[in-house]
Amino acid sequence: MDPIIIIGTGLAGYSVAREFRKHDTETPVILITRDDGASYYKPDISEAHAKDKTPADLVQKTAEEMAEMLDATVRTHEQVEAIDREAHQVKLASDTLTYSKLVLAWGADPIVLNLAGDATDRIHKVNNLMDYRVFRDHLAAGSHVAILGAGLIGCEFANDLIQHGYKVSVADPAGWPLAQLVPEAAGDAVKTALAHAGVDWHLGHAATGVHHGGDDRYHVYLDDESHIDADVVLSAVGLKAGTELAEAAGLDVDRGIVVDRTLVTSDPDIYALGDCAEVAGHWRPYVGPLMQCARTLGKTLAAGADAEPGQVKYPTLPIIIKTHVCPVIVYPPVDKHGEWQIERDGTAVEGRFVDGDGQLRGFVLTDEATNKRRDYIKEAPALLD
Amino acid sequence: MKKWQCIVCGFEYDEAEGMPDEGIEPGTKWEDIPDDWTCPDCGAPKDDFEMMEVD
Ligand SMILES: Cc1cc2nc3c(=O)[nH]c(=O)nc-3n(C[C@H](O)[C@H](O)[C@H](O)COP(=O)(O)OP(=O)(O)OC[C@H]3O[C@@H](n4cnc5c(N)ncnc54)[C@H](O)[C@@H]3O)c2cc1C
Repeated sequence: MDPIIIIGTGLAGYSVAREFRKHDTETPVILITRDDGASYYKPDISEAHAKDKTPADLVQKTAEEMAEMLDATVRTHEQVEAIDREAHQVKLASDTLTYSKLVLAWGADPIVLNLAGDATDRIHKVNNLMDYRVFRDHLAAGSHVAILGAGLIGCEFANDLIQHGYKVSVADPAGWPLAQLVPEAAGDAVKTALAHAGVDWHLGHAATGVHHGGDDRYHVYLDDESHIDADVVLSAVGLKAGTELAEAAGLDVDRGIVVDRTLVTSDPDIYALGDCAEVAGHWRPYVGPLMQCARTLGKTLAAGADAEPGQVKYPTLPIIIKTHVCPVIVYPPVDKHGEWQIERDGTAVEGRFVDGDGQLRGFVLTDEATNKRRDYIKEAPALLD
Repeated sequence: MKKWQCIVCGFEYDEAEGMPDEGIEPGTKWEDIPDDWTCPDCGAPKDDFEMMEVD
């Protein structure tokens, strides 16, 4: 029997393999990854200083250990170049593999800003452990880091770096941090707390260029002609689901690879989950949703063609933003119709997003108000019931 | 005996069942699980882990 092939060994790829093995210990499994196949808990990256961990410390298991644990083949440093659906084949640079079922778990790619300047090739991005290794190698004691983007990842890095002896400036065209996830009051609480810790904010300003500034320093120009003088530049302006190879293979894609609640794509033998997948219209590049998908899909793959496939559920899994100086827990509104009701006491913000009937549809809690999370989680509706 | 669910990844822990595969005996209370333990599902360390009682 041809193997099940899983492309990607991030949390999504390894989790679906592990869930599958709980139900099927016979069928061969091959995992393919372009990196070294080490397993790690990605959210740890932006807390590594706080946890006193080097990039090497973050590795939980090597590819060899994972292969043994999963009784699977893990092919590292292999890039998938194309999928031939007709032939049920995956093309690597110098090999072609045939699958019975294929799982796409190849994640998302950082968005790259189109910037002017002669130093744009020096801009770091961190979406995996390899990137982080390179970034850490460029940090020296007291380095000044300019972060482009005040989203979850930009804010978490700002927090981790400012608390561990680095200087940090953050620029973002939005008026407040985390603007895509939280209302202004909550973003303002994070801004205030991080400013208090020493972060230099440049909100309402987009970066326009990155230039060499002499002595291994860089000038990050902003749209008001001002500039930040930094030793290291980190771009954290968002992710885009990996859809190109899927689209080239003729699969339906939108914000991510389109799958329904059974995680199947528009091809009945190909599935997708994790940061590359858009599940029943939702693109949620977070750990909670992908773990739910891995549990459902692991069972489906083991059950065989005649069984009714399971439907994934997304319970009320909020996003926890690890800005330790002002932690945030947010559950973005399940639908857009409604309004925020905000109570604020200093950096403690309690925001309820309620619909016309007064029902809670989403919430945000910051700082001390995060103590109320349990009540909110119980009250808020599931995303996919 | 209580049942818990992690609010990060949805992992469920039933104190009555424990996690024998992980060396956690049936009947082990959540609070008695060692601090260096990591989530058997997503790999989150215990201090990132947020267990909520489920009914
Ligand atoms: C700094 C940081 C902090 C985060 N914090 C949180 C948090 O607190 N809470 C939360 O819920 N989420 C957080 N996230 C998001 C979360 O980590 C991701 O949603 C999750 O790790 C995605 O897993 P994945 O397996 O889908 O993708 P990835 O981990 O990106 O894995 C993709 C895999 O595919 C492989 N691959 C890609 N293309 C190819 C190809 N063509 N051929 C072969 N292999 C390929 C890669 O090598 C890799 O193995 C954070 C993310 C970052 C970057």
